[in-house]
Amino acid sequence: MKKFLVIVFTVLALVNLFAAVKIGVILPMTGGISAFGRMVWEGIQIAREERPKVLGEEVELILLDTRSEKTEAANAATRAVTKEKVIAIIGEVASSHTLALAPIAESNKVPVITPASTNPLVTQGRKYVSRVCFIDPFQGSAMAVYAFKKLNARKVAVFTDLEQDYSVGLSKFFSDKFKALGGQVKQVFYKSGDQDFSAQLSVALADKPDAIYITGYYPEIALISRQARQLGFKGYILAGDGADAPELIEIGGTAVDGLLFTTHYHPKAVDNPVARKFLDTYKKKYGKEPAALSALGYDAYMVLLDAIERAKSFDGTKIAEEIRKTKNFMGATGTITINELGDAVKTVTVNVVKGTTFDFAATVEPHEVE
Amino acid sequence: MTFFLQNFFNGIMLGGLYALIAVGYSMVYGILRLINFAHGDVMMMGVYFAYYSAVVFSLNPILSFTVAVLGAAALGFLIDRVAYKPLRKAPRISALITAIGVSFFLENLAVVIFGAIPKSFLDVFKDKSILEKTITVADARIPLLTFLVIIVTFAMFSVLFFVVYKTKIGMAMRAIAADIPTTSLMGVNVDNVIGFTFALGSALAAAGGIMWAMRFPNVHPYMGFVPGLKAFIAAVFGGIGSISGAVLGGILLGMIEIFLAAYFPSVMGYRDAFAFIILITVLLVKPSGLLGKKAIEKV
Repeated sequence: MKKFLVIVFTVLALVNLFAAVKIGVILPMTGGISAFGRMVWEGIQIAREERPKVLGEEVELILLDTRSEKTEAANAATRAVTKEKVIAIIGEVASSHTLALAPIAESNKVPVITPASTNPLVTQGRKYVSRVCFIDPFQGSAMAVYAFKKLNARKVAVFTDLEQDYSVGLSKFFSDKFKALGGQVKQVFYKSGDQDFSAQLSVALADKPDAIYITGYYPEIALISRQARQLGFKGYILAGDGADAPELIEIGGTAVDGLLFTTHYHPKAVDNPVARKFLDTYKKKYGKEPAALSALGYDAYMVLLDAIERAKSFDGTKIAEEIRKTKNFMGATGTITINELGDAVKTVTVNVVKGTTFDFAATVEPHEVE
Repeated sequence: MTFFLQNFFNGIMLGGLYALIAVGYSMVYGILRLINFAHGDVMMMGVYFAYYSAVVFSLNPILSFTVAVLGAAALGFLIDRVAYKPLRKAPRISALITAIGVSFFLENLAVVIFGAIPKSFLDVFKDKSILEKTITVADARIPLLTFLVIIVTFAMFSVLFFVVYKTKIGMAMRAIAADIPTTSLMGVNVDNVIGFTFALGSALAAAGGIMWAMRFPNVHPYMGFVPGLKAFIAAVFGGIGSISGAVLGGILLGMIEIFLAAYFPSVMGYRDAFAFIILITVLLVKPSGLLGKKAIEKV
């Protein structure tokens, strides 16, 4: 009888081991950039409902909250890899946080797809970390070209968040390109979590710039915009994809009306069967249009599953290789091709805040930035 | 000239906000020799009380603020009763550690009850632009809120001064600051007076918090951490235990922070560091602060 029970339990345990394929989802669900985590999670869940299995196994998503902190991102990765034994990770959103978890995944040979980290350092020198979005050298140059040519801006005050690798990188790429085009740049600095920008604004606005470019995340972008408008600034307010969250408008109010920002997606900017289906599903489920991060979350999940199917295995190294062989994958944010460095070559979408929603303004193609 | 004027008034605004929160901090220390690390979190709870009174119960702003201040006072009294009273006879460090515990508790309680997603304090006002009104002086834009902050700071200061120096309970508070056993021998209910002290300090924290939220409308469970820290630095700078010291320390700290960031742009990303450098310098050079009284060792 005892032997029988041992065998039964062993079989059950083994079956359990293979019962589901675990994918770690590491996102900032609480904290400063919680809106981003929420939006990516929405996209991933829609993707999973559409495609719940891979290679015949059920996909189990293990969601881990990084609380918008670097150290928590690293902890979450360690937990996902050692305790939960995930076969892959989707995450994080902020480049600083992805940079924190990347070494852990890399040394444990667990493939990572980040939906939205745009700093080039995230994939640099790594084999297991890839992304489904463009990188900041392109994003910064795109805004520089747009500001110089379309908005005729010649003097820009750049606000950099010293605590975020994303912001430091994006500011540099923008400034380099803008100065190369013949414009003038003034640098001011702040930190994530700052509330008072009066000193920075008094320095930035002293030269009467045509535009201010804020390369951090939406909580500070919203506050800087409010305080800038309060001080009488009438020029353009520009930002990167860190602005892409409904909370920008909630916190910023009328001050962010007309704010232009580079991002990955707008429902009006992309038209393929996958994008249309995603748009419909999202609208039915949440009653509003999806934001870039939801579409990117969806794409990250789909690209990952597609890579696993092509690798025909759950081996981390094989999956990581296949991810970088993704070519012309039809996604919700457009056609995705991931190069051998792990970066995706995509178009920059310029969105504008109109009242309480985001509207589409323009696209910038890679060749326009050469 | 404009640049200087703009930064001067920015400094007064920020300094006034620090002063408001520092006053409560300093008073509690002055009476009880306890650095109430939970002060910033009581401030946060006060802001949430104001927010929910206005948004959920649709009270007008003035009424919401009154409810918030009274609610915070009650919360302060409750915290004293539950967390600090049992440790009256224990060494001071126990109360200090408990204060840190209360701080963590309040922050996480707020996460559970109110949610970690930030809310906008502007939702309290029907006319959201009311806080945006500015006046222009020599090309410098000064938000009207700056003057409101100054008025409220001095109002709080005056109220506190009146209570501590001109009322009976204030006299009891000062007596407790001098010597607790003797005060209780005089027939004063020490526990109640201490509870009242906390209630008063918490009410001030809530008032400071509401003003802070009007200037920086981002409401979230950890919002009290940085203002609490800066207010603590301001209180030490001005002389902890001295109410006028707290006001002076607060305004000076705000001014220094703004002017350093404005006139030395290369280090403006590190402006929080200036506050801590001030703290370390004060503790090394003149620990009793600018207006603090030297503690006399009674033998």
